[in-house]
Amino acid sequence: MNLALAIRRVIAALLLVITVSAAAFVLARLAPGDETTSDFIAGVDPATIARKRERLGLDRPFAVQLATYVWGILRLDLGESARFERPVASLVAERGANTARLAFAALLLATVLGLPLGVLTGAHARWWGSRLIAVMSIAVLACPPLVAALGLLYLAVSTGWLSAAPGHLFVPALALGLPVAASLERLQSQATRDAMAAPDLLAAAARGIPPRRLVWVHAARQSLRPVLGVYGIVIGSLFSGSLAVEFVTSWPGLGRLMYDAVRAGDVRLVAGCVFAGGVCLAVGNLVADGLRAWADPRVRETA
Amino acid sequence: MRRLAAWVLGGCAVLAAAAPWIAPNDPVSLFADRAFAPPMAWHLRDAEGWHAPFVYRQQLTDRISRTYVEDRQQRVPLRWFSAGRVVAIDPGAGPLLWCGADALGRDLCARLLHGARLSLGVALLGACGALLLGAILGAAAGAAGGRFDTVVMTVADFVLVLPIVYLVIVLRATRPLVIDTAEVFVMMSILFAIAAWPDVARGVRAIVATERTRDYAEAARAAGAGPVRLIGHLVPAAYGFLRVELVLLMPALLVAESTLSFVGFGFDGASPSWGGLLKDSETLTAMYSAPWLLLPAVALFVVVLALQALSGAGATISPGVRRASAVDIAAPRR
Repeated sequence: MNLALAIRRVIAALLLVITVSAAAFVLARLAPGDETTSDFIAGVDPATIARKRERLGLDRPFAVQLATYVWGILRLDLGESARFERPVASLVAERGANTARLAFAALLLATVLGLPLGVLTGAHARWWGSRLIAVMSIAVLACPPLVAALGLLYLAVSTGWLSAAPGHLFVPALALGLPVAASLERLQSQATRDAMAAPDLLAAAARGIPPRRLVWVHAARQSLRPVLGVYGIVIGSLFSGSLAVEFVTSWPGLGRLMYDAVRAGDVRLVAGCVFAGGVCLAVGNLVADGLRAWADPRVRETA
Repeated sequence: MRRLAAWVLGGCAVLAAAAPWIAPNDPVSLFADRAFAPPMAWHLRDAEGWHAPFVYRQQLTDRISRTYVEDRQQRVPLRWFSAGRVVAIDPGAGPLLWCGADALGRDLCARLLHGARLSLGVALLGACGALLLGAILGAAAGAAGGRFDTVVMTVADFVLVLPIVYLVIVLRATRPLVIDTAEVFVMMSILFAIAAWPDVARGVRAIVATERTRDYAEAARAAGAGPVRLIGHLVPAAYGFLRVELVLLMPALLVAESTLSFVGFGFDGASPSWGGLLKDSETLTAMYSAPWLLLPAVALFVVVLALQALSGAGATISPGVRRASAVDIAAPRR
């Protein structure tokens, strides 16, 4: 990949993450109350509250707070969480890793399940199995992660086939990954079918290349490009979908942390969560773009 | 398929619009003896033979395990078009619960119908807002070109890679926890419009930018059309795209709304949307003993499925028009 272009993309992503975190910091500050409101309601004595405000920098003007915060981000110091009384960076890294693990497992599942099935249904459009798979895909496609997670949990409760125990990766990954698998299957199916109808594939078939090789090597390579193109979108949707899944299956990810932070009015933690979310998304997008550039030489010059 | 989907969606819209008359009960009234009451069944015949549709009165037999039995002694006939409702029963026989009741003994059917107004309404309004914003900005960018075009498209690219869900939560958090349903409605629609316009703008810009070079646009310009008037001539070329985009945006926003409400940053509390209703079904015990609380999820599934069928996503179950494919040459059909 073009090195200068890659560097430019990384810098743009960094700027984006910093801007978004700073914006989240400002917005969260606009919310009524601050980190000491709950202490105030609980009747903690004023001196303690004043000490806490000083420690969190709340006694200084807002512009100074913001500047300190942005300067902190540049050194990867996200401040201290008022709610958990721990550095935000370590807290966010821990939960962010959980969310990333969930998203990665879902993506892996979707890829392993969706792409081969898509090639199969695309190459054998008239086989009854393909139609069955297509119908199932369309049904699963209409299950957003929230519905899929609740459905799987209901299945687990009523049949005992799956483990609904919190901390188990399988159910959340399935809930998040199945809809993505379905959309990848549909896409790969269409792409394979288009590739099979292209003149060069017809010529290859006429020259007597065996059908299996034709489908799994020649057509698969051509259909890679449109499919890899959606991986950036898929990563974004995994990320927003994981919020619902984390809540339903009690997965200790970023989404839950964000919820706690917003409810507690913990500004630095809110901004930290947005920072982590932005980083995950940016990394995902960069990887997706890299893959696309690898699969399609044309992207390397223009993107 | 498409016709069926359109009928389903139209039916949902009518049910939502007419919710106060169709719902047999008020969505917020609490029926003390009906906590976790199961859905009532229609009956047409009993030991005495056939009758007009009727139900049996529910009776709470065990308060601890919340067991209900049907009182088979007496039929309770359905009364059509009485007391301002499409269908109701004699108030003395207790509430009419088509979809069962939640933990507080509220009628789930009524709550579903009223929730549909919020869920579908926000999705529709948000999608329309996104279309409007995207069409205006995209058309302006495509018609103007140059620096303005670059700025608008850069902003669009920027919005596309934002961690939208988190930002929406942060924005929601800037308002007090408990706010008016109407305010949530407006706020959510605006947020969705802001989050979703870039896709629309990209498409409209591409269409307008190509239309701009065509002869009719040149003719309009030669006839003295100003920039605004010119855009007015160019935009109709994007109507088809906008229609498709509306059907594509609706399910996405519906899902986004239900997720936010489910998590607790949307419509919850007294008048929840479908996502807010699902919060009650989340616990394993509720799921086990009152699976009808998952009905909002079923409603979401049906509406999203219908919208997808309407948009033609994955409409390739049937192979349709037959094209020459490499498979035919390589593996002739037996």
